[in-house]
Amino acid sequence: MLEIKNLHASIDGKEILRGINLTVNAGEVHAIMGPNGSGKSTLSNVIAGRDGYEITQGTVTYKGENLLQLKAEERAQRGVFLAFQYPVEIPGVSNIYLLKAALNAVRKYQGLDDLDAIDFLTLVRSKLELVKMDEEFLHRGVNEGFSGGEKKRNEILQMALLEPSLAILDETDSGLDIDALKTVSDGVNALRSSDRSIVMITHYQRLLDYIVPDFVHVLSEGQIVKTGGKELALELEAKGYSWVNKNA
Amino acid sequence: MPETEQAQELQQIDDVLDSDYKAGFVTDIEADTFLPGLSEQTVRDISRIKGEPEFLLEWRLKAYRHWLTLETPKWAHVHYPEIDYQSISYYSSPKQNKDGPKSLDEVDPELLRTYEKLGVPLDERARLAGVAVDAVFDSVSVANTFQDKLAEDGILFMPFSKAVHQHPELIKKYLGSVVPYRDNFYAALNSAVFSDGSFVYIPKGTRCPMELSTYFRINAANTGQFERTLIIADDDAYVSYLEGCTAPMRDENQLHAAVVELVAHDRAEIKYSTVQNWYPGDKNGVGGIFNFVTKRAACRGESSKVSWTQVETGSAITWKYPSIILQGDNSVGEFYSIAVTNNMQQADTGTKMIHLGKNTSSTIIAKGISAGRSQNSYRGLVRIGANAENARNHTECDSLLMGDQCGAHTFPYIEVKNPTAQIEHEASTSKISEDQLFYCKQRGLDVEDAVSMIVNGFCKQVMRQLPMEFAVEAQNLLGLSLEGSVG
Ligand SMILES: Nc1ncnc2c1ncn2[C@@H]1O[C@H](COP(=O)(O)OP(=O)(O)O)[C@@H](O)[C@H]1O
Ligand SMILES: [Mg+2]
Repeated sequence: MLEIKNLHASIDGKEILRGINLTVNAGEVHAIMGPNGSGKSTLSNVIAGRDGYEITQGTVTYKGENLLQLKAEERAQRGVFLAFQYPVEIPGVSNIYLLKAALNAVRKYQGLDDLDAIDFLTLVRSKLELVKMDEEFLHRGVNEGFSGGEKKRNEILQMALLEPSLAILDETDSGLDIDALKTVSDGVNALRSSDRSIVMITHYQRLLDYIVPDFVHVLSEGQIVKTGGKELALELEAKGYSWVNKNA
Repeated sequence: MPETEQAQELQQIDDVLDSDYKAGFVTDIEADTFLPGLSEQTVRDISRIKGEPEFLLEWRLKAYRHWLTLETPKWAHVHYPEIDYQSISYYSSPKQNKDGPKSLDEVDPELLRTYEKLGVPLDERARLAGVAVDAVFDSVSVANTFQDKLAEDGILFMPFSKAVHQHPELIKKYLGSVVPYRDNFYAALNSAVFSDGSFVYIPKGTRCPMELSTYFRINAANTGQFERTLIIADDDAYVSYLEGCTAPMRDENQLHAAVVELVAHDRAEIKYSTVQNWYPGDKNGVGGIFNFVTKRAACRGESSKVSWTQVETGSAITWKYPSIILQGDNSVGEFYSIAVTNNMQQADTGTKMIHLGKNTSSTIIAKGISAGRSQNSYRGLVRIGANAENARNHTECDSLLMGDQCGAHTFPYIEVKNPTAQIEHEASTSKISEDQLFYCKQRGLDVEDAVSMIVNGFCKQVMRQLPMEFAVEAQNLLGLSLEGSVG
């Protein structure tokens, strides 16, 4: 699904990613952990195609295609989804409008017609249930006045609707209370499937109790310094990030 | 600006002015074509050729003589070369269809593409492009069907020049009663030389059953630079009027100085919506319409209501302040505006709410969007007269900047002569953020769709005020106007 080789990326001449290697196969769930500032969001942004990063070395291949050549929207249309760490507010644009535009953009790429209003609403309602969101959220401005937890749920709602092949969740757990964390995790777990890969970026081990990963990677100063199974997260929790740095 | 460049620009502007009568004017009916120039004789000629009654000629002449004493207003935040009023031709009959393209195949494909994007129906596209429409569909009878239906209710909706003949008493009573010819430079000029426009009268207790629109009148598309519109809603009447079609008028005219007067009697309501998309000039600011318009409404009766809703995306320069005089007690005035400027466009627009009656209230929602190297100013006056007990105003002024070479300015003026007044003013300036754009792109939207979506969100409060069909076109138009301004 996703193959990253020796990826180096810098911003304003400052190197942030310093040789990332990562292979994610279809159906796998990977967790990337690391201290603040280690480059987790940078990695997500580079995969998703945000402007402003200079890729100085390395390759990113997605479904056999060179991802780095594609524009952000082209990546999205091909099934790359990023759940944002800080979802932005878009005042006046209703949530349902964005959902519809997003779904139609993906469908268009897949050669499908737009869904008609009724089919669309039926579909959205079923997804709302998954993340336990009220229908009134559809008619509010995108993330406008949403609480932290509502914003994160809204990201998972979009993911559920768009059914991406590769979902990157950037600290979807941070700022959630335990109930919200459960809801969001249930939502993500429901979306696990043999043809979908999930990369979870998190700061805390807590999330991994709910969404159990196949692999755990530790990112430090722009490099993956350690890879293991789910038990690595526990070890990390016990010993702290300084432990991996010493072992690297 | 270096002198040569300025000379060049003036030359280009001259060229455009020249091309006006070379290309656009009807040449085979000599009497209907005036040579450029403005004098008392020009005013007499216009009046004569239209067979106007004496009172109207007198009024035009007074306006002309007054205009001679005036100077071009300089206070607006806009810059343009001096206009040579002697180089303009002040009368032309509407362009004849037989000189236009014979079928859609002959029309500039670029123009058709724009119409298509706007969602204008095919037959309408043909009509707007000036195709000999009779060959496509019978527009004349379409227009007439509406007029006949309206006439059954006693509603008058006709070209201004026709109303002058059929209802001189109404013209005499109301013309200039809201915007006197002395009002300002452009109003005086318009009063002297206005060519045609629309006239609407809604009788007492009548609710106009359909949106009245210049859209339905084929000639409106080619009406000259100096339109005059007069709308009267008698007691308990209601009318919603739509001005302009959303299609870009590739009009060669440079100066557009219209006057619109609205009169609302007791408990009457007038909704006036405009989507203005005159040619804005090219990327470098060459060409385009100078849109200097005086629009004013009088809420003359008690509990009367007037709403101006405008979406301004076109013109090289827009100078326009649709205003409301709240004379009647409990009368209500609303102004909803979206002004978009891109490239080298300049807009100085806003409103004036003049509270005279008791318990009068007004709402101002102004959204300015600036892109490119454009300048976008909101200028608004709220005046509460001494006798206007318990007057209320709520003003919201929001600017959205795209890029860092454009400018947004806000000039609010508040004058309060009655201590019971309640006035609220909110203003904000924001930018389309990189975060918002990336968010939308990450959801599969391309840049243009993303910008258009964000901008439409920003404008929602105003868009909501537009009649349904109009709103859809206006939304598409916003996207089109800002095409290429980001990314
Ligand atoms: N736009 C930027 N300009 C300069 N430095 C940046 C920018 N974005 C991130 N960085 C820096 O890159 C490093 C990694 O940031 P980030 O990827 O956000 O880390 P994480 O998500 O792991 O907390 C940090 O040192 C941060 O300060
Ligand atoms: Mg981060």
